[in-house]
Amino acid sequence: MVKISDESMWLSGNEAIALGAFEAGVRVASGYPGTPSTEILENLCRYDGVYTEWAPNEKVGLEVAIGASFAGVRALATMKHVGLNVAADPLFTASYTGGRGGLVVVTADDPEMHSSQNEQDNRNYAFAAKVPMLEPSDPAEAKEFLKLAFALSEELDTPVLFRITTRVSHVKGVVKKGKMEASSAAAGIEKVPGKFVMLPALARKRRVAVEQRMLKCRDMAEILPCNRVEKGSSNRGFITSGVSYLYVKEAFPDAAVLKLGMCWPLPEAKIRAFAASVEELYIVEELDPFLELHIKAMGIACHGKDLIPNQGELNTAIIRSAIDPSQTPDLFPAVDLPPRPPNMCPGCPHRGIFFNLAKMKVFISGDIGCYTLGFLPPLSALDSTVCMGASVPIAHGMAKALGEGAHDKIVAVIGDSTFMHSGITGLINTVYNNSASTLIILDNRITAMTGQQQNPASGCNIKGDPAFAIDIEALCRAVGVRHVFVVNPHKVPETRKVLEEAIALTEPSVVISRAPCVLLPEMKVRKTVTFYTQQDNCVGCMSCIRLGCPAISWTAFAEGEAEARGYKKSQKGISRIDEILCNACGQCASLCKFHAITQEGE
Amino acid sequence: MRTTGNILFSGVGGQGILLASEITAYSLLAAGFDAKKSEVHGMAQRGGSVTAQLRYGDRVYSPLIEPGRADIQVAFEMMEAVRYLPYLHKDSKVIVNTQRILPPSVATGKTAYPEEVLDKLTGQGIEVVCVDAFELARKVGEVRTANMVMVGALSVFLPIDPAVYEQVIGARVPAKFREVNLLAFAEGRKASS
Repeated sequence: MVKISDESMWLSGNEAIALGAFEAGVRVASGYPGTPSTEILENLCRYDGVYTEWAPNEKVGLEVAIGASFAGVRALATMKHVGLNVAADPLFTASYTGGRGGLVVVTADDPEMHSSQNEQDNRNYAFAAKVPMLEPSDPAEAKEFLKLAFALSEELDTPVLFRITTRVSHVKGVVKKGKMEASSAAAGIEKVPGKFVMLPALARKRRVAVEQRMLKCRDMAEILPCNRVEKGSSNRGFITSGVSYLYVKEAFPDAAVLKLGMCWPLPEAKIRAFAASVEELYIVEELDPFLELHIKAMGIACHGKDLIPNQGELNTAIIRSAIDPSQTPDLFPAVDLPPRPPNMCPGCPHRGIFFNLAKMKVFISGDIGCYTLGFLPPLSALDSTVCMGASVPIAHGMAKALGEGAHDKIVAVIGDSTFMHSGITGLINTVYNNSASTLIILDNRITAMTGQQQNPASGCNIKGDPAFAIDIEALCRAVGVRHVFVVNPHKVPETRKVLEEAIALTEPSVVISRAPCVLLPEMKVRKTVTFYTQQDNCVGCMSCIRLGCPAISWTAFAEGEAEARGYKKSQKGISRIDEILCNACGQCASLCKFHAITQEGE
Repeated sequence: MRTTGNILFSGVGGQGILLASEITAYSLLAAGFDAKKSEVHGMAQRGGSVTAQLRYGDRVYSPLIEPGRADIQVAFEMMEAVRYLPYLHKDSKVIVNTQRILPPSVATGKTAYPEEVLDKLTGQGIEVVCVDAFELARKVGEVRTANMVMVGALSVFLPIDPAVYEQVIGARVPAKFREVNLLAFAEGRKASS
């Protein structure tokens, strides 16, 4: 967070939401890390007077927030878009119960899938769960809208969904400080079973209340300042929301715009009046035709997804050329270059596991985390990835489908945090229904992909203070796994032997691959003795190169160069370790049979 | 009303691009501009090709630079100077740190690092300013200030008084690294002046 003046700061959308939560008087906030939502709680945990935590998954996070709301305080749950699938169960019934203190659920969607496995449009959840949704366009609005969301939640007795996208979360802009607010509820125990006990007879009554609330909300949507008309030329009118509004303003600066800060429920009278005031109406929105479908259902003619793409992020140029094809710019052509995909870090413990698995002729059922990068060449050791926790049941399902002969053909690979999130129930199923699939838990002591968040197995809480650390080995034994192995993945050949033993078993087995993430602060400050190549000994076998470590590179010999430099004539080149990049994991040294990789001073 | 300026930062995850774009953004704000900056976190940062997009003017709406409209690109690696060519126009300036970082397909011997890669820019008539940021950072005594050398090289082309930058660096960099970062900034200015 950076101060520009006494009143204004330069904040990302996520930092602005944290400030908004603080100014709104939030007392309890819970969530699970997920790009692009992670920095909300990472920032909020630094404010005084608000309890924050990382929950093991988004469902638990939302349920914690519901509990806090029931206790009469303002509560926030944060998650990425796919996290709301996990938390959908409590959301749909919290819509019926409402709460006491304001309850806001942030869903951070990721159009374009910068760091996600799908690009679902979570505005559909607002319609389906019958709750209001606010959608800010930039960091300044994100902070103001979050405070509005809490006020609406308490006034309407409903959870409020708060949708941001990558280009709000990870955009920085100027944000002004605001006034502190407080809940209209009082903290304490208040028993209201008619609201909080959703057995069928009571739920049917609340179902009616939900409908009345949404009618009231629709009336409010007509007058809320966040739904505003910006006057302009009447030839073309645009209805838009979220980040799409910013692109419309740049592509068509003179056009009339109806900006919807609340994208559900919709202000029908306002939309009708706006539609009648313009000659042609365009609906500009990222992903699904959400506004468009509901506006068309009002019987209003408009353009939308007939022109605007329904996939990926939008930007100013896409909108301008979709609506005015004559405005398509003449661009320099892209140059064909070697791709530079993300890669596991030098010294990443996952590399040792995937290097081995790639050679083992097994189906590798993967999961969500840094280790999804095991898919990329040269390791190319991942055969499926669906969602958090899915690796374990998918492996079990495949093993059941293929029968007895497949006991040594299927492995599941999951990280420590993802195992805590939703892998444990899958493992219980594997044991209970008895398949011989092998689960490999990549325990690097942290939630790494999202940038080093603590989890129930890491030994610290969100603030970095000591917390109980689940013993993963004991947990696996407790759910009934009889064969639990622990390996150091940096010792590549030894790990291979353990993997072979576990995979050959005809009963459920777990291999815990235990080595800390190299990005952990304690790993960064350690004094490492890097490995280097004794190039005289290198025979060019490429064993180390096949690890795909960013610190190791291959130099091909030119014609006749091998002999001239004293190598065998047939040698094609030599490998070299970049000592600046090397993190001293030693995987390459454990593979080198020619003493060509060694540590200085040895 | 001033037109909106567009600065594209590109490089490889871990090179300090986010900090360089932050220092530039603070300086633009301190000089009285509105600004917005867009960056991508998460999986993309793991050693992959990364960008940050910084826009400034009287009032900035969109956080994203349109293809064909980047006025200045600051590239921290040579191939990453060329990857975003469709974002440039004929009057764009590209400031390049003349460093090579091998992508996996090159490091494993599958493909070669393209020869004379910057010719792809100059061949389109684009002005390229080469800066050996690593060497200049070594010269001032701290190789980790290469990104501040690039901030300095960029500053020559922005409507900001160098004193504003010096104030911002003074305020944002921890005291014991302040002097060396200011030296790195000055070296960068010299390199592109």
